[in-house]
Amino acid sequence: MQAAVHKSAALVVRGLRKSYGDVVAVDGLDLDVGAQECFGLLGPNGAGKTTTIEICEGLVDRDSGDVEMLGRTWEQDPKALRQRIGISLQETQLSDKLTVRETLALFRSFYEHPHDVSHVLAQVQLEEKANARISTLSGGQKQRLAVACALIGDPELLFLDEPTTGLDPQSRRQMWDVIDKFRASGHSIVLTTHYMDEAERLCDRIAIVDHGRVIARGTPRELIASLGAEQMIEFASEGTAAIDLGELRQLEGIIDARLDAGTYSLQAKELHRAVPALLAYLASRGAPLTELKTHSATLEDVFVSLTGRHLRDE
Amino acid sequence: MSETREPRRTPRTWRDAQIVQLTLVRFREFLREPEALFWVFIFPVLLTAGLGLAFRSKPVDTATVAVVTADIHAPPHVGELLARSKSVVVRAMTVDSAMEALRTGRVALIAIEDLGGRISYRYDPARDESRTARLIVDDALQHAAGRVEPVATSDDYVTAPGSRYVDFLVPGLLGMNLLGSGVWGLGFAMVDLRRKRLLKRLIATPMSRPQFFASFLISRLVVLSFEVIALVGFGVLVFHVPLRGSLWSLLFIAVFGALSFSGLGLLVGTRAKTVEAVSGLANAIMLPMWVLSGTFFSASHFPDVMQPFVRALPLTAVNDALRANMLQGASLGAVMPQLGVIAFWVVACYAVALKLFRWR
Ligand SMILES: Nc1ncnc2c1ncn2[C@@H]1O[C@H](COP(=O)(O)OP(=O)(O)O)[C@@H](O)[C@H]1O
Ligand SMILES: [Mg+2]
Repeated sequence: MQAAVHKSAALVVRGLRKSYGDVVAVDGLDLDVGAQECFGLLGPNGAGKTTTIEICEGLVDRDSGDVEMLGRTWEQDPKALRQRIGISLQETQLSDKLTVRETLALFRSFYEHPHDVSHVLAQVQLEEKANARISTLSGGQKQRLAVACALIGDPELLFLDEPTTGLDPQSRRQMWDVIDKFRASGHSIVLTTHYMDEAERLCDRIAIVDHGRVIARGTPRELIASLGAEQMIEFASEGTAAIDLGELRQLEGIIDARLDAGTYSLQAKELHRAVPALLAYLASRGAPLTELKTHSATLEDVFVSLTGRHLRDE
Repeated sequence: MSETREPRRTPRTWRDAQIVQLTLVRFREFLREPEALFWVFIFPVLLTAGLGLAFRSKPVDTATVAVVTADIHAPPHVGELLARSKSVVVRAMTVDSAMEALRTGRVALIAIEDLGGRISYRYDPARDESRTARLIVDDALQHAAGRVEPVATSDDYVTAPGSRYVDFLVPGLLGMNLLGSGVWGLGFAMVDLRRKRLLKRLIATPMSRPQFFASFLISRLVVLSFEVIALVGFGVLVFHVPLRGSLWSLLFIAVFGALSFSGLGLLVGTRAKTVEAVSGLANAIMLPMWVLSGTFFSASHFPDVMQPFVRALPLTAVNDALRANMLQGASLGAVMPQLGVIAFWVVACYAVALKLFRWR
């Protein structure tokens, strides 16, 4: 995948900035998305993901910076770019009174070399709903239809803004299948999400965005490896007063420790050494455990270690 | 492009053209909205039926008068005299109940007879019906009391189609209906699309913006043909409203007028983001025209200083041109001043609206 970045870039963004009054939404952001790559912008609400992606889509004006995709800029050839990209916005309500097929036929009519409606219906698994009014669709079905509208023009580059936000787990998995299939056809995807599991599952490479800047980038594996810890230990204790974060960090196999809303999180390298060391320490302080959990390190842990905050604060 | 399996693609037909698809969507949205169908087709017909019946020409003018005598035990002298006339319906009442009856419109006039036998009429001179009643009642009274007419006269009633109230009404209601469906049709649709972020979604595609706007005008054109047929057809069949001008000219006036009203609708919908905002704007534009543009009564009733303003309104121009066509058989050449006013509004509305239009 790394080689693909140099072969021909799907999207190149340099020094992007955008403010709304006093609010700096995007603050000097760079991106490189390779051909055939699924690239994720991961960050909490308000990080500037939507603003960034909508500037790339040519829907929002930027204050400064450069955007080039598929070898062109919006200033050079907006019509050709519109033919070659597919877009699903964060929030669009398609017209309730139309059916699924009618909606797709409308979007299809805008493109020079579109797919057949039936082809896209199969891609997003909405064949049975082809003649149903949009008002009768579930949230997940509506969201897949929105993606179908982005796919109908046979795009080379697909932009998806929060494709699974608000969906139940089963609908999310169906959406992931749709995205996987598009990726398998050899095109590029830029998606935004605030779900770390989604980014980890779907994306070849990720940029973690916070306050309008990229604070880390790489493959999910690289990002997690950058923690230097494979495991996370979380525990709660009745004897909080007796526990010292500095001492925790000194324990064998423990790399870092933090206290968050009464729960301690420890980054650990070797669980089989770290857990006994922790138990011995707590026993020596007379602080009995009330809860103990361990899990493999995730992108969420990367975000917490970088910012001290969680991806989903609200 | 390294496509593993190229999906089958059906060749394109005329149905796949975006202007066709965009227009089809407009029709589907309209036909699947029962309320819109009611307001556009049924309501104007019901209104015409109601007003046409309420103001139908009566064969002979009759006046309903409340007679109040000073002494209610004495036989009403005036009442007896008036009862001899066919044109007068007499109701004996006390002063209080007579005033009540006048206020509620059950009588048009009160005739009060004092102890000396003098009659005084009590009525609102601004009410046409009351002024007429005063003339009829006084005439009947003087005649019954023995007045001899110095000049012999007779009445020859004209109730032929073309000069009745309903004839005046039908073209006006057509104009009003075209205004309403144009302003609502475009203004509301644009705000709805903007509110749902569908406008933004559409410009994220390679959609042609001129074709997008054209689809609204085409669908208006088709719907308006049915509006004209429903309303004019009803007027002709039920009230025998005349169609003296050419039907093509009538349709041309309706289409051209509707184009300017759609422009007003587009103007109303250029920026508004909520349904409330667009309702307020639409009403602010339409209400003055309903009053001033001679829909229910002739615009010539307004003072002379207001006339240039009243004449410049698009609805006045449309109403006047429709009436001239239907009632006087005027040609398009004869309604050029009105067509000029409409043309001004068409150009002004679209130029401003397209310049200010917001897709987000
Ligand atoms: N149209 C706008 N007007 C004013 N502020 C905006 C607008 N769009 C976004 N913002 C602000 O910019 C910041 C980034 O927003 P956004 O790009 O939507 O973030 P994300 O998609 O990551 O949640 C937020 O603080 C948001 O309030
Ligand atoms: Mg967003």
